[in-house]
Amino acid sequence: MSFITDTGIAFRREITPTIRSWYYIAFGLVQPLLYLGLFVPLLGTMPGAESAGISPLQWFVPGMVVMLVLFTTVTCGWSLTEELLSGSFERLLATPMSRPAIMVGRALKELAPLLVQALLVILIAAPFGLQLYPLPMLLGLLLLLVFGVGVAALSYALAIASKRDGSLFYMVTHSISLPMMLLGGVLLPMTNAPQWLFIASRFNPLTYLVEAERALFLGNIADPAVLYGTLVAVAVAALGLAVGVQQIRRASL
Amino acid sequence: MIKARDLTRSFKTKAGIVEAVRGLSLDVAEGELVAFLGPNGAGKSTSVRMLTTLLPLSSGQATVGGHDVAREPAAVRRKIGYVGQGTGSGPYHRVRDELVTQGQAQRMRQRDARRRADDLLGMLELDGLADRDCASLSGGQKRRLDVALGLMHTPPILFLDEPSTGLDPHSRANLWEHITRLRQHSGMTIFLTTHYLDEADIMAERVMIMDHGVMIADDTPARLKADLAGDTIRISVLCEDQAASAAEIAQNLPGARQTSADRRDVAVTLPDGTALLPEFIRRLHDAGIEAMTASVKSPTLDDVFLGLTGRSLRETAAA
Repeated sequence: MSFITDTGIAFRREITPTIRSWYYIAFGLVQPLLYLGLFVPLLGTMPGAESAGISPLQWFVPGMVVMLVLFTTVTCGWSLTEELLSGSFERLLATPMSRPAIMVGRALKELAPLLVQALLVILIAAPFGLQLYPLPMLLGLLLLLVFGVGVAALSYALAIASKRDGSLFYMVTHSISLPMMLLGGVLLPMTNAPQWLFIASRFNPLTYLVEAERALFLGNIADPAVLYGTLVAVAVAALGLAVGVQQIRRASL
Repeated sequence: MIKARDLTRSFKTKAGIVEAVRGLSLDVAEGELVAFLGPNGAGKSTSVRMLTTLLPLSSGQATVGGHDVAREPAAVRRKIGYVGQGTGSGPYHRVRDELVTQGQAQRMRQRDARRRADDLLGMLELDGLADRDCASLSGGQKRRLDVALGLMHTPPILFLDEPSTGLDPHSRANLWEHITRLRQHSGMTIFLTTHYLDEADIMAERVMIMDHGVMIADDTPARLKADLAGDTIRISVLCEDQAASAAEIAQNLPGARQTSADRRDVAVTLPDGTALLPEFIRRLHDAGIEAMTASVKSPTLDDVFLGLTGRSLRETAAA
């Protein structure tokens, strides 16, 4: 059970300074609210985005939450770079703490504020037409948590591999996350895409996660998209942790 | 407590394979304070990182606290406190939080960790800093906090990698005062690396000198200096002719290793210079040579390093 205890220790270490500067979490709400206020109104006129009687929010909010999670977790390795170079990460590695737990705890610290933001966005959007399906929506957030841990672990692995080269880290993360987001149909539906773009989007794991989230935000737990999305999230988490732990072990720091 | 046999470690770099450690064997008994001395790049830190399970061995075998570093890394980590070269505390975290986290990571209960944290803050003169962000501490305070972090779970073995590098002389002395006192109380085994000669000389009961990835000497500072460097007697005489004769006399002193005459100055290196100086002066007097000045210089570990490698540690450390 040391994995769970250690995850708790790592999570608590990282979340404490975040809670002390809670206003950053509040500030993080600005971006999603701007999307809701300034971008969602455009969707009403988009073919494919609207369905009879359903608010475009129902379609857009899950995609946006995925985007928040992706962008935050992809770049969170950066916070590790500082500790890698200073020596405080090494100090924790010299304790009996479980390596995957150290990574999961850190990743959950990045995800916890996002979870709060996502819940607030859902509650704020509700009066504007977002229908609430509490259980499926919570399930959707859980799925994002699993996916986010995997992406964060990959980001940590990249940070360790490129720790003496900050621009390399940014180059790689940006050149991966932006096309992934665009190809995932996060902002606009892929159903309107030209054939080649649609086919390309099918090779993007994020697409399946976005589709699963959309199904869950419509309350359709039994939708096959949910199964595919879950498989993708679990696969990304497993891959991320495996690569991350191996990178820690091999790191000739 | 620490036992290593034929440790090697090589790194792949762009320039090719670098062998940082090439066949290191060592034994450290319980309660010893051992210093690893050597220039930068000698392989000291690499060795410590292997012994503390942070770096896999390329080959060889090592046990620390009775556990194999490769097969039972978690058991080794419970036995050791590790103070690395860098800053152990996280910049955005508070001092007490970091100590308690460290204690919990070392399997202490939270209540015990809090109590131990407060004790250590007192012992290391960090009182009043418990609720400060670690980033706001001075260099000396940060280093003492690093030591406190390493000591949280009262480990039987403490590794200190360049503990005083980058500190001003006052903070260095202060840090050593604390470490020495803590050790008197606990009797723990301490293994440290340093490139400060005086530090190794004064603090360590045993010095291992490392150069180019191999250990080239291992003994008490006193014996290293007596066996490998020796004292230097310097005298000055009236003229150069006398200096040449004096050098010949010096050469015949018991145990004399190296003599040199430079104008009116003569130097001879030998063991136990203070005991031989009167004898040297008497023999000079018998030969009709009067010594004008005379001095005996005890060797430093740098002389030992110079004798072993032909290079000065001061130069290599500065490079």
